Amino acid sequence: MTVNATTFDQIIRLFWLGGAVAFVLGLVRMNSPATARNGNLLSAGGMVMAIVATAVWLLVLPPTGSFNAFGWLIILAGIAVGGGYGLYSARTVKMTAVPQLVSLFNAVGGGAAALIAISEYVSHASAGTVPGLQDNVATVLDVVIGSVTFTGSLIASGKLMGLRITPSKPVRLPGGQVITGVLTVVVLVGGLYIFLGNVSMAVLLAVVAAALIFGVTMTLPIGGADMPVVISLLNSFTGTAVAMAGFVLNNPLLIIAGALVGASGAILTKLMADAMNRSVLNIMLGGFGGGEDTSAAVGGPGGSVREVSMDDAAIQLAYASEVIIIPGYGLAVAQAQHGVRELAEILEAKGVDVKYAIHPVAGRMPGHMNVLLAEANVPYTQLWEMEDVNPEFSRCDVALVVGANDVTNPAARKPGSPVSGMPILDVDHAKNIIVMKRSMGRGYAGIDNELYANPKTGMLFADAKAGLAELVAAVKAV
Amino acid sequence: MNGGQLTIDLAFTIFVLAILTGFAVISKVPATLHTPLMSGANSIHGIVLVGAMIIATSANDPVTYALSFLAVAFASLNVVGGYVVTDRMLQMFKRKPAAPKAEKAEG
Repeated sequence: MTVNATTFDQIIRLFWLGGAVAFVLGLVRMNSPATARNGNLLSAGGMVMAIVATAVWLLVLPPTGSFNAFGWLIILAGIAVGGGYGLYSARTVKMTAVPQLVSLFNAVGGGAAALIAISEYVSHASAGTVPGLQDNVATVLDVVIGSVTFTGSLIASGKLMGLRITPSKPVRLPGGQVITGVLTVVVLVGGLYIFLGNVSMAVLLAVVAAALIFGVTMTLPIGGADMPVVISLLNSFTGTAVAMAGFVLNNPLLIIAGALVGASGAILTKLMADAMNRSVLNIMLGGFGGGEDTSAAVGGPGGSVREVSMDDAAIQLAYASEVIIIPGYGLAVAQAQHGVRELAEILEAKGVDVKYAIHPVAGRMPGHMNVLLAEANVPYTQLWEMEDVNPEFSRCDVALVVGANDVTNPAARKPGSPVSGMPILDVDHAKNIIVMKRSMGRGYAGIDNELYANPKTGMLFADAKAGLAELVAAVKAV
Repeated sequence: MNGGQLTIDLAFTIFVLAILTGFAVISKVPATLHTPLMSGANSIHGIVLVGAMIIATSANDPVTYALSFLAVAFASLNVVGGYVVTDRMLQMFKRKPAAPKAEKAEG
Protein backbone atom coordinates (compact mmCIF):
# COMPACT_ATOMS: atom_id res chain seq x y z
CA MET A 1 0.00 0.00 0.00
CA THR A 2 2.76 2.47 0.88
CA VAL A 3 4.65 1.73 -2.34
CA ASN A 4 1.48 2.19 -4.32
CA ALA A 5 0.69 5.40 -2.49
CA THR A 6 4.13 6.79 -3.28
CA THR A 7 3.87 5.83 -6.95
CA PHE A 8 0.41 7.34 -7.09
CA ASP A 9 1.71 10.56 -5.54
CA GLN A 10 4.45 10.70 -8.15
CA ILE A 11 1.98 10.27 -11.01
CA ILE A 12 -0.14 13.12 -9.65
CA ARG A 13 2.98 15.27 -9.40
CA LEU A 14 3.73 14.57 -13.05
CA PHE A 15 0.27 15.89 -13.95
CA TRP A 16 1.02 18.99 -11.87
CA LEU A 17 4.27 19.37 -13.77
CA GLY A 18 2.27 19.12 -17.00
CA GLY A 19 0.06 21.97 -15.77
CA ALA A 20 3.10 24.11 -14.95
CA VAL A 21 4.58 23.45 -18.40
CA ALA A 22 1.27 24.49 -19.98
CA PHE A 23 1.36 27.79 -18.03
CA VAL A 24 4.89 28.58 -19.22
CA LEU A 25 4.23 27.62 -22.86
CA GLY A 26 0.92 29.49 -22.77
CA LEU A 27 2.73 32.67 -21.72
CA VAL A 28 5.34 32.13 -24.46
CA ARG A 29 2.54 31.88 -27.02
CA MET A 30 1.15 35.22 -25.82
CA ASN A 31 4.15 36.80 -27.55
CA SER A 32 2.31 37.42 -30.78
CA PRO A 33 -1.31 38.28 -31.54
CA ALA A 34 -1.53 35.30 -33.89
CA THR A 35 -0.84 32.65 -31.22
CA ALA A 36 -1.99 34.50 -28.10
CA ARG A 37 -5.50 33.07 -27.96
CA ASN A 38 -4.16 29.58 -28.45
CA GLY A 39 -1.67 30.23 -25.64
CA ASN A 40 -4.42 31.25 -23.24
CA LEU A 41 -6.39 28.10 -24.10
CA LEU A 42 -3.26 25.99 -23.53
CA SER A 43 -2.85 27.63 -20.14
CA ALA A 44 -6.53 27.00 -19.33
CA GLY A 45 -6.11 23.35 -20.39
CA GLY A 46 -3.15 22.99 -18.01
CA MET A 47 -5.28 24.50 -15.26
CA VAL A 48 -8.12 22.02 -15.84
CA MET A 49 -5.66 19.11 -15.91
CA ALA A 50 -4.00 20.23 -12.65
CA ILE A 51 -7.34 20.68 -10.90
CA VAL A 52 -8.71 17.30 -12.07
CA ALA A 53 -5.46 15.57 -11.01
CA THR A 54 -5.78 17.22 -7.60
CA ALA A 55 -9.39 16.09 -7.29
CA VAL A 56 -8.42 12.49 -8.14
CA TRP A 57 -5.54 12.63 -5.66
CA LEU A 58 -7.76 13.95 -2.87
CA LEU A 59 -10.44 11.33 -3.61
CA VAL A 60 -8.10 8.34 -3.79
CA LEU A 61 -5.66 9.32 -1.05
CA PRO A 62 -7.33 11.91 1.21
CA PRO A 63 -4.68 13.63 3.37
CA THR A 64 -6.74 12.93 6.50
CA GLY A 65 -7.05 9.25 5.64
CA SER A 66 -10.81 9.19 5.15
CA PHE A 67 -13.29 10.62 2.65
CA ASN A 68 -14.53 14.01 3.83
CA ALA A 69 -18.05 14.25 2.35
CA PHE A 70 -18.81 17.67 3.78
CA GLY A 71 -15.47 18.99 2.55
CA TRP A 72 -16.35 17.85 -0.99
CA LEU A 73 -19.79 19.42 -0.73
CA ILE A 74 -18.05 22.68 0.14
CA ILE A 75 -15.68 22.35 -2.81
CA LEU A 76 -18.55 21.77 -5.25
CA ALA A 77 -20.62 24.60 -3.78
CA GLY A 78 -17.65 26.97 -3.84
CA ILE A 79 -16.83 26.16 -7.46
CA ALA A 80 -20.49 26.60 -8.44
CA VAL A 81 -20.78 30.00 -6.72
CA GLY A 82 -17.36 31.44 -7.62
CA GLY A 83 -17.09 29.86 -11.06
CA GLY A 84 -20.68 30.79 -11.93
CA TYR A 85 -20.20 34.43 -11.02
CA GLY A 86 -16.82 34.47 -12.78
CA LEU A 87 -18.32 33.10 -15.99
CA TYR A 88 -21.22 35.55 -15.86
CA SER A 89 -19.15 38.67 -15.13
CA ALA A 90 -16.41 37.81 -17.63
CA ARG A 91 -18.91 37.25 -20.44
CA THR A 92 -21.03 40.31 -19.80
CA VAL A 93 -18.39 42.92 -18.93
CA LYS A 94 -17.85 45.80 -21.35
CA MET A 95 -14.34 45.93 -22.78
CA THR A 96 -13.78 49.39 -21.33
CA ALA A 97 -14.48 47.96 -17.86
CA VAL A 98 -12.01 45.07 -18.13
CA PRO A 99 -9.26 46.60 -15.93
CA GLN A 100 -11.53 46.84 -12.89
CA LEU A 101 -12.76 43.27 -13.40
CA VAL A 102 -9.17 41.97 -13.64
CA SER A 103 -8.49 43.86 -10.42
CA LEU A 104 -11.49 42.14 -8.77
CA PHE A 105 -10.28 38.69 -9.89
CA ASN A 106 -6.87 39.59 -8.53
CA ALA A 107 -8.39 40.61 -5.20
CA VAL A 108 -10.15 37.28 -4.68
CA GLY A 109 -7.03 35.35 -5.75
CA GLY A 110 -5.03 37.11 -3.04
CA GLY A 111 -7.88 36.60 -0.59
CA ALA A 112 -7.96 32.85 -1.32
CA ALA A 113 -4.19 32.59 -0.76
CA ALA A 114 -4.49 34.35 2.62
CA LEU A 115 -7.45 32.17 3.65
CA ILE A 116 -5.43 29.01 2.97
CA ALA A 117 -2.69 30.04 5.40
CA ILE A 118 -5.25 31.20 7.99
CA SER A 119 -7.13 27.90 7.74
CA GLU A 120 -3.93 25.87 8.11
CA TYR A 121 -3.02 27.97 11.13
CA VAL A 122 -6.44 27.39 12.69
CA SER A 123 -5.93 23.63 12.26
CA HIS A 124 -2.55 23.86 14.00
CA ALA A 125 -4.01 25.99 16.80
CA SER A 126 -6.92 23.66 17.48
CA ALA A 127 -4.73 20.53 17.25
CA GLY A 128 -2.17 22.14 19.54
CA THR A 129 0.71 21.46 17.15
CA VAL A 130 3.51 23.94 16.49
CA PRO A 131 4.44 24.44 12.83
CA GLY A 132 8.11 24.61 11.81
CA LEU A 133 9.94 27.88 11.24
CA GLN A 134 9.62 27.79 7.43
CA ASP A 135 5.87 27.17 7.77
CA ASN A 136 5.60 30.17 10.09
CA VAL A 137 7.56 32.44 7.77
CA ALA A 138 5.48 31.35 4.77
CA THR A 139 2.24 31.70 6.75
CA VAL A 140 2.99 35.25 7.84
CA LEU A 141 4.15 36.32 4.35
CA ASP A 142 1.12 34.66 2.71
CA VAL A 143 -1.36 36.21 5.13
CA VAL A 144 0.18 39.69 4.97
CA ILE A 145 0.69 39.85 1.17
CA GLY A 146 -2.63 38.16 0.44
CA SER A 147 -4.59 40.49 2.73
CA VAL A 148 -2.92 43.66 1.43
CA THR A 149 -3.66 42.50 -2.12
CA PHE A 150 -7.27 41.69 -1.28
CA THR A 151 -8.27 45.11 0.02
CA GLY A 152 -5.81 47.00 -2.20
CA SER A 153 -7.22 45.44 -5.38
CA LEU A 154 -10.80 46.03 -4.26
CA ILE A 155 -10.03 49.73 -3.71
CA ALA A 156 -8.25 49.91 -7.10
CA SER A 157 -11.24 48.28 -8.76
CA GLY A 158 -13.60 50.70 -7.02
CA LYS A 159 -11.52 53.66 -8.13
CA LEU A 160 -11.68 52.57 -11.76
CA MET A 161 -15.44 52.05 -11.45
CA GLY A 162 -15.70 55.55 -9.99
CA LEU A 163 -17.56 54.43 -6.86
CA ARG A 164 -18.35 57.22 -4.46
CA ILE A 165 -16.59 55.61 -1.49
CA THR A 166 -13.43 55.17 -3.57
CA PRO A 167 -13.05 58.41 -5.52
CA SER A 168 -10.72 58.31 -8.48
CA LYS A 169 -8.79 61.31 -7.23
CA PRO A 170 -6.11 60.78 -4.58
CA VAL A 171 -7.54 60.72 -1.06
CA ARG A 172 -5.28 62.15 1.61
CA LEU A 173 -5.92 60.42 4.92
CA PRO A 174 -5.49 62.55 8.01
CA GLY A 175 -2.53 61.20 9.95
CA GLY A 176 -1.78 58.78 7.13
CA GLN A 177 1.86 58.31 8.09
CA VAL A 178 0.99 57.61 11.72
CA ILE A 179 -1.56 54.99 10.66
CA THR A 180 0.96 53.36 8.31
CA GLY A 181 3.55 53.36 11.09
CA VAL A 182 1.20 51.71 13.59
CA LEU A 183 0.10 49.07 11.04
CA THR A 184 3.72 48.29 10.17
CA VAL A 185 4.62 47.83 13.83
CA VAL A 186 1.64 45.50 14.37
CA VAL A 187 2.64 43.38 11.35
CA LEU A 188 6.34 43.25 12.31
CA VAL A 189 5.82 42.49 16.00
CA GLY A 190 3.01 40.00 15.32
CA GLY A 191 5.01 38.36 12.55
CA LEU A 192 8.09 38.02 14.76
CA TYR A 193 5.97 36.55 17.56
CA ILE A 194 4.66 33.88 15.17
CA PHE A 195 8.12 33.25 13.65
CA LEU A 196 9.37 32.40 17.13
CA GLY A 197 7.01 29.42 17.24
CA ASN A 198 4.19 30.89 19.34
CA VAL A 199 0.74 29.76 18.19
CA SER A 200 -1.81 32.47 18.89
CA MET A 201 -4.96 33.05 16.86
CA ALA A 202 -5.35 36.52 18.39
CA VAL A 203 -1.93 37.61 17.13
CA LEU A 204 -2.58 36.17 13.67
CA LEU A 205 -5.93 37.96 13.43
CA ALA A 206 -4.29 41.22 14.52
CA VAL A 207 -1.74 40.80 11.72
CA VAL A 208 -4.53 40.04 9.21
CA ALA A 209 -6.53 43.09 10.31
CA ALA A 210 -3.47 45.35 10.08
CA ALA A 211 -2.66 44.03 6.59
CA LEU A 212 -6.25 44.49 5.40
CA ILE A 213 -6.29 48.11 6.60
CA PHE A 214 -2.84 48.67 5.10
CA GLY A 215 -4.17 47.60 1.68
CA VAL A 216 -6.79 50.35 1.93
CA THR A 217 -4.51 53.11 3.21
CA MET A 218 -1.87 52.20 0.60
CA THR A 219 -4.23 52.46 -2.38
CA LEU A 220 -6.60 55.31 -1.43
CA PRO A 221 -4.00 58.11 -1.78
CA ILE A 222 -3.09 57.03 -5.34
CA GLY A 223 -4.79 58.75 -8.28
CA GLY A 224 -7.03 56.88 -10.73
CA ALA A 225 -4.60 57.39 -13.62
CA ASP A 226 -1.96 55.41 -11.71
CA MET A 227 -4.27 52.45 -11.06
CA PRO A 228 -2.90 50.28 -13.93
CA VAL A 229 0.54 50.30 -12.33
CA VAL A 230 -0.99 49.57 -8.94
CA ILE A 231 -3.10 46.68 -10.29
CA SER A 232 -0.07 45.24 -12.02
CA LEU A 233 1.94 45.47 -8.81
CA LEU A 234 -0.87 43.82 -6.83
CA ASN A 235 -1.09 41.09 -9.48
CA SER A 236 2.57 40.39 -8.80
CA PHE A 237 1.82 40.39 -5.04
CA THR A 238 -0.93 37.81 -5.49
CA GLY A 239 1.45 35.56 -7.39
CA THR A 240 3.90 35.83 -4.51
CA ALA A 241 1.16 35.13 -1.95
CA VAL A 242 0.12 32.02 -3.91
CA ALA A 243 3.75 30.84 -3.97
CA MET A 244 3.84 31.32 -0.18
CA ALA A 245 0.63 29.28 0.11
CA GLY A 246 2.56 26.64 -1.84
CA PHE A 247 5.26 26.68 0.85
CA VAL A 248 2.60 26.38 3.58
CA LEU A 249 0.99 23.38 1.85
CA ASN A 250 4.26 21.92 0.53
CA ASN A 251 2.79 22.05 -2.96
CA PRO A 252 5.22 22.48 -5.90
CA LEU A 253 2.52 23.55 -8.39
CA LEU A 254 1.43 26.52 -6.27
CA ILE A 255 5.06 27.52 -5.81
CA ILE A 256 5.80 27.38 -9.56
CA ALA A 257 2.63 29.12 -10.78
CA GLY A 258 2.79 31.74 -8.03
CA ALA A 259 6.44 32.56 -8.73
CA LEU A 260 5.74 32.78 -12.49
CA VAL A 261 3.01 35.36 -11.91
CA GLY A 262 5.07 37.19 -9.30
CA ALA A 263 7.85 37.64 -11.87
CA SER A 264 5.52 38.58 -14.73
CA GLY A 265 3.67 41.16 -12.66
CA ALA A 266 6.95 42.71 -11.55
CA ILE A 267 8.20 43.06 -15.14
CA LEU A 268 4.91 44.48 -16.36
CA THR A 269 4.79 46.96 -13.48
CA LYS A 270 8.26 48.24 -14.30
CA LEU A 271 7.43 48.53 -18.02
CA MET A 272 4.35 50.60 -17.26
CA ALA A 273 6.12 52.87 -14.79
CA ASP A 274 9.03 53.34 -17.23
CA ALA A 275 6.68 54.35 -20.02
CA MET A 276 5.32 57.09 -17.75
CA ASN A 277 8.83 58.07 -16.74
CA ARG A 278 8.12 57.41 -13.09
CA SER A 279 9.41 55.00 -10.53
CA VAL A 280 7.12 52.44 -8.95
CA LEU A 281 8.10 53.77 -5.53
CA ASN A 282 7.14 57.29 -6.56
CA ILE A 283 3.68 56.09 -7.60
CA MET A 284 3.15 54.05 -4.46
CA LEU A 285 4.04 57.07 -2.32
CA GLY A 286 1.29 59.07 -3.94
CA GLY A 287 3.50 60.83 -6.51
CA PHE A 288 2.76 64.34 -7.68
CA GLY A 289 -0.93 64.69 -6.90
CA GLY A 290 -2.05 63.58 -10.33
CA GLY A 291 -5.45 65.06 -11.14
CA GLU A 292 -7.48 63.72 -14.02
CA ASP A 293 -8.17 65.53 -17.25
CA THR A 294 -11.00 67.50 -15.67
CA SER A 295 -8.73 69.68 -13.54
CA ALA A 296 -9.39 73.39 -13.78
CA ALA A 297 -9.20 74.83 -17.25
CA VAL A 298 -6.25 77.17 -17.21
CA GLY A 299 -5.59 79.85 -19.80
CA GLY A 300 -3.44 79.22 -22.83
CA PRO A 301 -0.15 77.40 -22.49
CA GLY A 302 2.34 80.19 -23.03
CA GLY A 303 1.62 81.24 -26.60
CA SER A 304 -1.73 81.66 -28.25
CA VAL A 305 -3.89 78.72 -29.20
CA ARG A 306 -5.60 78.42 -32.57
CA GLU A 307 -9.05 76.93 -32.72
CA VAL A 308 -10.24 75.01 -35.75
CA SER A 309 -13.85 74.46 -36.82
CA MET A 310 -15.42 71.06 -37.43
CA ASP A 311 -15.71 71.75 -41.19
CA ASP A 312 -12.11 72.94 -41.54
CA ALA A 313 -10.91 69.84 -39.73
CA ALA A 314 -13.06 67.64 -42.00
CA ILE A 315 -11.61 69.23 -45.14
CA GLN A 316 -8.03 68.83 -43.92
CA LEU A 317 -8.65 65.17 -43.16
CA ALA A 318 -10.56 64.37 -46.36
CA TYR A 319 -7.89 65.85 -48.65
CA ALA A 320 -4.91 64.35 -46.84
CA SER A 321 -3.02 61.42 -48.30
CA GLU A 322 -1.82 60.12 -44.94
CA VAL A 323 -3.51 60.58 -41.56
CA ILE A 324 -2.24 59.30 -38.22
CA ILE A 325 -4.76 59.04 -35.39
CA ILE A 326 -3.43 59.27 -31.82
CA PRO A 327 -6.02 57.82 -29.44
CA GLY A 328 -5.61 58.35 -25.70
CA TYR A 329 -7.10 57.97 -22.25
CA GLY A 330 -9.85 60.51 -23.05
CA LEU A 331 -11.06 58.36 -25.94
CA ALA A 332 -11.21 55.31 -23.66
CA VAL A 333 -13.14 57.23 -21.01
CA ALA A 334 -15.61 58.62 -23.56
CA GLN A 335 -15.92 55.10 -25.10
CA ALA A 336 -15.42 56.68 -28.50
CA GLN A 337 -13.51 53.77 -30.09
CA HIS A 338 -16.34 52.99 -32.52
CA GLY A 339 -16.50 56.61 -33.63
CA VAL A 340 -12.81 56.71 -34.39
CA ARG A 341 -13.04 53.49 -36.42
CA GLU A 342 -15.98 54.92 -38.40
CA LEU A 343 -13.99 58.05 -39.18
CA ALA A 344 -11.01 55.96 -40.30
CA GLU A 345 -13.19 53.86 -42.61
CA ILE A 346 -14.72 56.88 -44.29
CA LEU A 347 -11.28 58.41 -44.80
CA GLU A 348 -9.97 55.15 -46.26
CA ALA A 349 -12.93 55.04 -48.63
CA LYS A 350 -11.76 58.47 -49.81
CA GLY A 351 -8.31 57.02 -50.47
CA VAL A 352 -6.60 58.33 -47.34
CA ASP A 353 -3.97 56.09 -45.74
CA VAL A 354 -4.91 55.82 -42.04
CA LYS A 355 -2.66 54.61 -39.22
CA TYR A 356 -3.18 54.56 -35.47
CA ALA A 357 -0.22 55.55 -33.31
CA ILE A 358 -0.37 53.67 -30.03
CA HIS A 359 1.72 54.92 -27.14
CA PRO A 360 2.72 52.10 -24.78
CA VAL A 361 0.59 53.50 -21.96
CA ALA A 362 -2.36 54.76 -24.03
CA GLY A 363 -5.69 53.93 -22.41
CA ARG A 364 -5.99 52.66 -18.90
CA MET A 365 -3.38 49.93 -19.12
CA PRO A 366 -0.53 49.15 -21.52
CA GLY A 367 -2.12 47.52 -24.54
CA HIS A 368 -5.60 48.52 -23.38
CA MET A 369 -6.04 50.86 -26.35
CA ASN A 370 -5.29 47.98 -28.73
CA VAL A 371 -8.00 45.92 -27.06
CA LEU A 372 -10.55 48.74 -27.26
CA LEU A 373 -9.79 49.41 -30.92
CA ALA A 374 -9.83 45.71 -31.73
CA GLU A 375 -13.27 45.53 -30.13
CA ALA A 376 -14.36 48.28 -32.52
CA ASN A 377 -13.16 46.11 -35.43
CA VAL A 378 -9.99 48.06 -36.16
CA PRO A 379 -7.58 45.57 -37.80
CA TYR A 380 -4.50 45.27 -35.65
CA THR A 381 -2.28 45.76 -38.69
CA GLN A 382 -3.34 49.44 -38.65
CA LEU A 383 -2.12 49.82 -35.07
CA TRP A 384 1.45 51.08 -35.02
CA GLU A 385 3.66 50.99 -31.99
CA MET A 386 5.55 54.11 -30.96
CA GLU A 387 9.01 53.25 -32.34
CA ASP A 388 7.57 52.22 -35.72
CA VAL A 389 5.24 55.15 -36.19
CA ASN A 390 7.47 58.01 -35.02
CA PRO A 391 9.42 58.27 -38.33
CA GLU A 392 6.05 58.34 -40.14
CA PHE A 393 4.88 61.62 -38.59
CA SER A 394 7.11 63.81 -40.79
CA ARG A 395 5.46 62.23 -43.84
CA CYS A 396 1.87 62.47 -42.67
CA ASP A 397 -0.42 65.35 -43.62
CA VAL A 398 -2.63 65.38 -40.57
CA ALA A 399 -2.12 64.01 -37.08
CA LEU A 400 -5.44 63.73 -35.25
CA VAL A 401 -5.06 63.58 -31.46
CA VAL A 402 -8.16 62.27 -29.66
CA GLY A 403 -8.04 62.37 -25.88
CA ALA A 404 -4.26 61.97 -25.58
CA ASN A 405 -2.23 64.62 -23.82
CA ASP A 406 1.06 64.08 -22.01
CA VAL A 407 2.28 61.38 -24.42
CA THR A 408 2.32 64.04 -27.18
CA ASN A 409 4.03 66.82 -25.19
CA PRO A 410 7.30 67.93 -26.85
CA ALA A 411 8.41 69.28 -23.44
CA ALA A 412 9.44 65.69 -22.70
CA ARG A 413 12.46 66.13 -25.00
CA LYS A 414 13.87 68.95 -22.87
CA PRO A 415 15.08 68.73 -19.29
CA GLY A 416 13.36 70.49 -16.41
CA SER A 417 9.77 69.33 -16.85
CA PRO A 418 7.89 66.62 -14.94
CA VAL A 419 7.57 64.65 -18.18
CA SER A 420 11.23 65.05 -19.21
CA GLY A 421 12.67 61.88 -20.62
CA MET A 422 9.30 60.21 -21.11
CA PRO A 423 9.12 58.58 -24.53
CA ILE A 424 6.57 60.49 -26.61
CA LEU A 425 4.89 60.29 -30.00
CA ASP A 426 6.48 62.81 -32.41
CA VAL A 427 3.13 64.37 -33.25
CA ASP A 428 4.70 67.82 -33.68
CA HIS A 429 6.60 66.54 -36.74
CA ALA A 430 3.34 66.23 -38.71
CA LYS A 431 2.46 68.88 -41.30
CA ASN A 432 -0.85 69.65 -39.61
CA ILE A 433 -2.12 68.73 -36.18
CA ILE A 434 -5.71 68.57 -34.98
CA VAL A 435 -6.28 68.07 -31.27
CA MET A 436 -9.76 67.01 -30.20
CA LYS A 437 -10.18 67.78 -26.52
CA ARG A 438 -12.93 68.90 -24.18
CA SER A 439 -11.07 71.87 -22.72
CA MET A 440 -7.59 73.25 -22.20
CA GLY A 441 -7.41 71.16 -19.01
CA ARG A 442 -4.08 69.66 -18.17
CA GLY A 443 -3.16 66.04 -18.47
CA TYR A 444 -2.21 63.68 -15.75
CA ALA A 445 1.25 65.22 -15.30
CA GLY A 446 -0.44 68.53 -14.45
CA ILE A 447 1.53 70.62 -16.95
CA ASP A 448 0.69 72.55 -20.12
CA ASN A 449 1.18 70.77 -23.43
CA GLU A 450 3.50 72.77 -25.69
CA LEU A 451 1.96 71.00 -28.66
CA TYR A 452 -1.21 73.10 -28.31
CA ALA A 453 0.72 76.35 -28.80
CA ASN A 454 2.37 75.02 -31.98
CA PRO A 455 1.32 77.17 -34.99
CA LYS A 456 0.56 73.94 -36.91
CA THR A 457 -1.94 72.87 -34.27
CA GLY A 458 -5.68 73.49 -34.47
CA MET A 459 -7.73 72.81 -31.33
CA LEU A 460 -11.10 71.17 -31.83
CA PHE A 461 -12.97 71.54 -28.55
CA ALA A 462 -15.44 68.66 -28.20
CA ASP A 463 -16.19 65.53 -26.22
CA ALA A 464 -14.47 62.64 -27.98
CA LYS A 465 -17.63 60.66 -28.68
CA ALA A 466 -19.90 63.52 -29.80
CA GLY A 467 -17.03 65.27 -31.57
CA LEU A 468 -16.10 62.23 -33.64
CA ALA A 469 -19.75 61.73 -34.66
CA GLU A 470 -19.87 65.35 -35.85
CA LEU A 471 -16.54 64.96 -37.61
CA VAL A 472 -17.75 61.82 -39.41
CA ALA A 473 -20.81 63.72 -40.63
CA ALA A 474 -18.67 66.66 -41.74
CA VAL A 475 -16.20 64.43 -43.63
CA LYS A 476 -19.10 62.69 -45.36
CA ALA A 477 -20.38 66.10 -46.51
CA VAL A 478 -17.03 67.14 -48.02
CA MET B 1 0.75 14.51 3.52
CA ASN B 2 1.61 11.31 1.71
CA GLY B 3 4.64 10.33 -0.26
CA GLY B 4 7.85 12.29 -0.53
CA GLN B 5 7.66 15.57 1.36
CA LEU B 6 8.94 18.60 -0.46
CA THR B 7 11.97 19.67 1.58
CA ILE B 8 12.51 23.39 2.12
CA ASP B 9 15.71 23.55 0.04
CA LEU B 10 14.01 21.80 -2.89
CA ALA B 11 10.93 24.03 -2.57
CA PHE B 12 13.13 27.11 -2.57
CA THR B 13 15.04 25.88 -5.63
CA ILE B 14 11.78 25.43 -7.54
CA PHE B 15 10.64 28.89 -6.41
CA VAL B 16 13.78 30.67 -7.65
CA LEU B 17 13.87 28.82 -10.99
CA ALA B 18 10.19 29.61 -11.59
CA ILE B 19 10.85 33.32 -10.95
CA LEU B 20 13.67 33.29 -13.51
CA THR B 21 11.41 31.50 -16.00
CA GLY B 22 8.75 34.16 -15.45
CA PHE B 23 11.21 36.98 -16.18
CA ALA B 24 12.48 35.26 -19.35
CA VAL B 25 9.03 34.52 -20.75
CA ILE B 26 7.37 37.83 -19.98
CA SER B 27 10.03 40.20 -21.22
CA LYS B 28 9.40 39.06 -24.80
CA VAL B 29 5.73 40.10 -24.93
CA PRO B 30 4.95 43.20 -27.09
CA ALA B 31 3.08 46.13 -25.52
CA THR B 32 0.04 45.36 -27.68
CA LEU B 33 -0.65 42.30 -25.60
CA HIS B 34 0.09 43.70 -22.16
CA THR B 35 -3.50 43.90 -20.93
CA PRO B 36 -4.36 40.36 -22.09
CA LEU B 37 -1.05 39.22 -20.61
CA MET B 38 -1.83 40.82 -17.26
CA SER B 39 -5.21 39.14 -17.35
CA GLY B 40 -3.71 35.81 -18.43
CA ALA B 41 -1.11 35.89 -15.64
CA ASN B 42 -3.94 36.82 -13.30
CA SER B 43 -5.80 33.63 -14.24
CA ILE B 44 -2.69 31.51 -13.66
CA HIS B 45 -2.56 32.45 -9.99
CA GLY B 46 -6.07 31.00 -9.83
CA ILE B 47 -4.11 27.76 -9.34
CA VAL B 48 -4.64 28.66 -5.69
CA LEU B 49 -7.86 26.66 -6.20
CA VAL B 50 -5.73 23.51 -5.84
CA GLY B 51 -4.67 24.71 -2.40
CA ALA B 52 -8.22 25.65 -1.48
CA MET B 53 -9.39 22.11 -2.39
CA ILE B 54 -6.64 20.59 -0.25
CA ILE B 55 -7.65 22.57 2.85
CA ALA B 56 -11.35 21.87 2.24
CA THR B 57 -10.82 18.09 2.33
CA SER B 58 -8.83 18.30 5.57
CA ALA B 59 -11.22 20.76 7.25
CA ASN B 60 -12.88 19.38 10.39
CA ASP B 61 -14.70 22.16 12.22
CA PRO B 62 -17.10 24.99 11.33
CA VAL B 63 -14.32 27.61 11.20
CA THR B 64 -12.09 25.71 8.75
CA TYR B 65 -15.13 24.67 6.68
CA ALA B 66 -16.20 28.31 6.39
CA LEU B 67 -12.69 29.47 5.51
CA SER B 68 -12.37 26.66 2.94
CA PHE B 69 -15.67 27.55 1.30
CA LEU B 70 -14.63 31.20 0.92
CA ALA B 71 -11.22 30.15 -0.40
CA VAL B 72 -12.71 27.75 -2.99
CA ALA B 73 -15.30 30.31 -4.13
CA PHE B 74 -12.70 33.10 -4.41
CA ALA B 75 -10.23 30.89 -6.27
CA SER B 76 -12.90 29.62 -8.69
CA LEU B 77 -13.94 33.21 -9.45
CA ASN B 78 -10.29 33.98 -10.18
CA VAL B 79 -9.78 30.95 -12.47
CA VAL B 80 -13.01 30.95 -14.45
CA GLY B 81 -13.41 34.72 -14.77
CA GLY B 82 -9.74 35.20 -15.57
CA TYR B 83 -9.55 32.73 -18.44
CA VAL B 84 -12.89 33.71 -19.96
CA VAL B 85 -12.21 37.45 -19.98
CA THR B 86 -8.68 36.90 -21.37
CA ASP B 87 -10.12 34.76 -24.15
CA ARG B 88 -12.68 37.46 -24.96
CA MET B 89 -9.92 40.03 -25.30
CA LEU B 90 -7.69 37.81 -27.44
CA GLN B 91 -10.55 36.72 -29.66
CA MET B 92 -10.67 40.28 -30.98
CA PHE B 93 -7.11 40.14 -32.23
CA LYS B 94 -8.04 37.40 -34.66
CA ARG B 95 -9.97 39.64 -37.05
CA LYS B 96 -8.60 40.44 -40.50
CA PRO B 97 -5.42 38.40 -40.18
CA ALA B 98 -4.34 39.19 -43.76
CA ALA B 99 -1.47 41.51 -42.90
CA PRO B 100 -0.28 43.85 -45.64
CA LYS B 101 2.68 44.79 -43.48
CA ALA B 102 3.09 42.94 -40.22
CA GLU B 103 4.06 45.03 -37.23
CA LYS B 104 7.49 44.09 -36.13
CA ALA B 105 7.05 44.44 -32.43
CA GLU B 106 9.06 41.44 -31.40
CA GLY B 107 12.59 41.77 -30.31
